[in-house]
Amino acid sequence: MSATTATAHAHTAHEHHELGFVRTYIFSTDHKMIARQFLFLGLIMMVLGGLLALMVRWQLAWPETAVPGMSVFLPETEGILEPSTYNMAFTMHATIMIFFVIMPILAGAFGNFLIPLMIGARDMAFPLLNMLSFWVTAAAGVIMLSGFFVEGGHAAAGWTSYTPLSSVAAYTGVNWGQNLWCISLFIMGIGSMMGSINYITTVINMRAPGMTLFRLPLVIWSLFITAILLLLALPVLTSGVAMLLFDRTLGTSWFLASGGGEPLLWQHLFWYFGHPEVYILILPAMGIASEILPVFARKPIFGYHAMAFSMIAIAFLSWIVYGHHMFVSGMNPSLGMAFMVSTMIIAVPSAIKTFNWLGTLWGGRLQFKVPMLWALGFVSMFVIGGLSGIFMASTPVDIYIQDTYFIVAHIHYVVFGGSIMAAFGAIYYWFPKMFGKMMNPALGHVHFWGTMVFFNMTFFPMHIIGVGGQMRRIYNPMQYEFLQHQQHWNVFMTYGALLLGLMQLPFVINFFWSLFAGRKAPLNPWNATTLEWSAPSPPPHLNWGPTLPTVYRGPYEYSDPEAADDFLPQGQPPARTAARARGH
Amino acid sequence: MLDWWLPENVSTYGRDIDWLFHLIYWITGITAILVFAVMVAFLVMYRDRPGRRARYTHGNTTLEIVWTVVPSLILVVLTFLSAPAWSRIKIQAPPSSDFVLQVTAKQFNWQITYPGADGKFGTADDKTLLDEMHVPANKVVHVRLRSEDVIHSFFVPQFRMKQDAVPGREIVQWFEATKPGKYELPCAELCGFGHSGMKGWIYVHGAEDYQKWAAENLTAAVPGATDDGKAEGPKPAAALAATMGGTTKR
Repeated sequence: MSATTATAHAHTAHEHHELGFVRTYIFSTDHKMIARQFLFLGLIMMVLGGLLALMVRWQLAWPETAVPGMSVFLPETEGILEPSTYNMAFTMHATIMIFFVIMPILAGAFGNFLIPLMIGARDMAFPLLNMLSFWVTAAAGVIMLSGFFVEGGHAAAGWTSYTPLSSVAAYTGVNWGQNLWCISLFIMGIGSMMGSINYITTVINMRAPGMTLFRLPLVIWSLFITAILLLLALPVLTSGVAMLLFDRTLGTSWFLASGGGEPLLWQHLFWYFGHPEVYILILPAMGIASEILPVFARKPIFGYHAMAFSMIAIAFLSWIVYGHHMFVSGMNPSLGMAFMVSTMIIAVPSAIKTFNWLGTLWGGRLQFKVPMLWALGFVSMFVIGGLSGIFMASTPVDIYIQDTYFIVAHIHYVVFGGSIMAAFGAIYYWFPKMFGKMMNPALGHVHFWGTMVFFNMTFFPMHIIGVGGQMRRIYNPMQYEFLQHQQHWNVFMTYGALLLGLMQLPFVINFFWSLFAGRKAPLNPWNATTLEWSAPSPPPHLNWGPTLPTVYRGPYEYSDPEAADDFLPQGQPPARTAARARGH
Repeated sequence: MLDWWLPENVSTYGRDIDWLFHLIYWITGITAILVFAVMVAFLVMYRDRPGRRARYTHGNTTLEIVWTVVPSLILVVLTFLSAPAWSRIKIQAPPSSDFVLQVTAKQFNWQITYPGADGKFGTADDKTLLDEMHVPANKVVHVRLRSEDVIHSFFVPQFRMKQDAVPGREIVQWFEATKPGKYELPCAELCGFGHSGMKGWIYVHGAEDYQKWAAENLTAAVPGATDDGKAEGPKPAAALAATMGGTTKR
């Protein structure tokens, strides 16, 4: 870093501090502010997504009884969910959780916050595009929410919106709700593309001196790979929803057999996006766990290269497994055979990652602080979610368990037990850097144990009722004689879900209390090695003072016997370089 | 509490599916127990205690190879064990049979059509039943699966049989039931507000029993007695939506 550029940067830094309220907090181009905006967007939407899930669970446990508090919103039925309202509730639960909670929090908030800070850059490559990315996503969120207020209700064809159910208004009775669903996801797709271009460019071009690709923290590897998947997968979804919207409004018939179209085309487009999407949701979570485990095991990550290459392998393979969602869809069954092979293969890199996380624990000095608990929770729940996937990979077994609650259990172990637990871990871990305050560990422990226990109480029995044959997306299991004997599980799970919801209150309290009244965070509260901990808490605009950090080593140098401390920060010069510098 | 499991299997290929299910159950169950045991052991053994330093290691190539190769081998074996059943159930031509039914799904019913004495569909002696299928046991039944409107899924839990019905296509599936009885036929793919409760019954009769039922119900077909379904042409979507409310309950 030459002296002139440093001065120029310091100068810019000074200028930016003069920005008014609007440019600092609303239309900000600072990656850290945009990260906070994405975090708040995701957390607020999580409340809505969670309440929708509780409505669904209430109906499944006590069918056709009034949902407490819902009589305000559904006065004509006195709070009882009708089948169409129920379909809307689970459709929007999944849509919101996937597109407006997990993606904004993991890719949006932590992608934005961590990439520049951990690679030693002052901001994203395209700060203005970054700002647009958030506001476009926020606009998509507003459009999605507006669907709740239109006549006919919101989209009710499932988050997968299979055609022709979704493409002809008369089949669901939903008109503008489904149109707004399409428009919102189209716009969200554009916002996500802006973000992904930015992430890719930043990681490739703006790494600090010495930050080689294989010195990148694994969370940056995961976000980089996620951005590539986003860039390639989201356009397929945006094209698909545009075609769906045209079918609905302009009279085209891409997906309508009676007009010469092909209903299965939608499934191919949707899952060609949808399966990489699953990895978009889980790769950052894997990266976060790989970041937190070494810090609290005081030990280098086990098999750094295996970790990076297994993520690359997952990214490649994610494009050729999507057909496993369609084994019984009417797709050529010979193709099903090919997708079974690729799906079995993609289980291998996930297994490698799990074993390496265990290897990281082996011989460590494990400190069970709150972020560590969430990372361990992530690993253990991901083990269950990953193993249950093997059942579906085997095509003959999938014939039976496709479209049952076994699938619902699997996806929730992966995206809740996996992605959301990692997201909580990330919030507890980076909160001090993000907001400059420490969170309360006692409330954090309560939140973790409550979530862990009631998560399993809610979702584990779904395996059992799925094996018993309960179909997903049914309104009332009691309509089926072969399901009636397991209804007690539905009641049990709903109690679990209500308690799971309740156990999020300690987090809400902790988050806001710490934000305003938390203890001031030191520079490096966890004694971690990565670059973000060398910036002030919270980092100022442009992150570092006049000089950018230089990187001397890999990201996980813990407990090196030759070092005095039990950690060697990436930006700390080696002892002899430092000595030489002093000698001059 | 013994009913925490798969429903009783009463089809020929269901045995293959159940065998694979149990195999995967044991493999994944044992793997999960081992992983959790190791993890808990590590969490206890390596908890932070004063004066102990963590082991400084970046990994181990031998271990990486072992835990790449072992899961790969297990998954390859699983793939080879799964392939024949999948091939038999879905890829190969069904075992030949003269018992062919046409099943047309529509919001929110299953229309089961018997070809009548001439063995052909679309002729005057066809007989269509609503949400009700009668078949003999120990006989291969071919099902020509169609949909009139949206995607439905023909699911018979006790047969371990599932296949989506796609508008614009006819998909031929087969089953051979091994035990007389009455089995539910739910729709397994979300098909609209009446999806839940869209179900029929499959009656599997003993051979003689079936002949008796067929003699009483199939040969003496009175045109118009079962008015729903085949006589009606394709309906515009709006008209369809208007009529579907009344047909959901039986």
